[in-house]
Amino acid sequence: MTKFIIIMLSAVFINNYVLSRFLGICPFLGVSKKLNQATGMSLAVIFVMLIATAVTWPIQTYLLDPNNLGYLQTIVFILVIASLVQLVEIVLKKYIPSLHKSLGVYLPLITTNCAVLGVTILNIDEGYTFAESMVNSLGSGLGFFLAMVMFSGVRSKLEGADIPKAFQGLPITLVAASITSLSFLGFSGVVENLFA
Amino acid sequence: MNEILTAVIPVVIIGAICAVVLAVASKIMAVKENEKIPEIRECLPGANCGACGFAGCDGYAKALAENEVTATNLCVPGGDSVSRKLSEILGVEFEDVVEQVAVVHCSGDCTYTQDKVEYDGIESCAAAKLIFGSKGECPYGCMGLGDCAKVCPNDAICINNGIAHIDSRRCVGCGLCVKACPNHLISLMADVERVVVTCSNTDKGGITRKACKNGCIGCKKCEKVCSTGAIKVQDNLAVIDYSKCPECEDFGICASECTTGCIRISNFTNATKIIDN
Repeated sequence: MTKFIIIMLSAVFINNYVLSRFLGICPFLGVSKKLNQATGMSLAVIFVMLIATAVTWPIQTYLLDPNNLGYLQTIVFILVIASLVQLVEIVLKKYIPSLHKSLGVYLPLITTNCAVLGVTILNIDEGYTFAESMVNSLGSGLGFFLAMVMFSGVRSKLEGADIPKAFQGLPITLVAASITSLSFLGFSGVVENLFA
Repeated sequence: MNEILTAVIPVVIIGAICAVVLAVASKIMAVKENEKIPEIRECLPGANCGACGFAGCDGYAKALAENEVTATNLCVPGGDSVSRKLSEILGVEFEDVVEQVAVVHCSGDCTYTQDKVEYDGIESCAAAKLIFGSKGECPYGCMGLGDCAKVCPNDAICINNGIAHIDSRRCVGCGLCVKACPNHLISLMADVERVVVTCSNTDKGGITRKACKNGCIGCKKCEKVCSTGAIKVQDNLAVIDYSKCPECEDFGICASECTTGCIRISNFTNATKIIDN
């Protein structure tokens, strides 16, 4: 149980996918302008990370590894995740139109998001079991959610700020992102010592 | 060769399985979309101006296809021809579209009035109005900072000599500028109307005259010469009741008799439209 908590907390805070590993920066900068968009995007990411892990872990363990095909990991994972998201979109459109509408454009948008691919590959690299992989995916998704929500708050503050002309728009957003990322540096070493 | 095959074959198989699953799923779980939507969308001009009251042309097309009570004559930029096509597709009776044109009810350009302050703030009428009421002598007039021009989807508005001018050939009648003007100087008029009061100042004659040489001073001369009683002076400002204008026998007399020249003959009757997409 302790291991699960450690994996979870370190995925959310220490190895935060956006702010520490710098994966998934595109949606982080692209859709963090408004809180509701950021929330929608993050929920879609959590969802896709979970189902992607649930599918790719067995493929790696029972199909690729026994046949010495580990080097096909990246291309197979991309292929599987892309079709999976497409399938999920079709199913949602048919049976849960309201959820389909609220996830909207974000679902296809994150098909090939590197954070999603990153979490599935890192699960394998870390040698996690299936349950540990799922916990890690959930933690990573929550970490993404945390980063998005925090940063959308920062950006809404930026909108009212008096910013020098040369910094307006993307430059100040990148500066703010780096400072937010720096603040997460403070978490390093915290979780390992929590249960020591 | 063998190594290549052992790599290619699993990927091909996985890809094929995914493809089959997706193909089957999209067939089984296909959601029916209304076939008329693309057809209707094709007819609309694509200006996305919002004059119909829906979110762009796509929104109007969807509403038309799914809701039978949606009127077919809401597209002002498209005019009669679009309305006719829409009625054909949907099988309903054709309704005439009254084309509308936006008009600025101010003619106080730099020749007739001056600025009372030297405004050096944000280039926006709304901002200037917040600070000084208005930057010009006339508190009701056009400030010429171009809030209307910024929202115009078809570049119909230009700021010339300190006030906004609307090119009626480019104006699609969407009404975005009407909402944008902080002084409420712009209104939509059916483009069959022929005379326009180009002043919105409701101050007493003397005060108006001091602020702008072209303002309506409420002298009631137009009221007297109007044979149909269409013009009334209310709050020191001439107001035209266009429903009575068609009976007029002496067209244009109000404009020619106006002492300050603020009643003008409009130039937009059935103007040929220019629409950029």
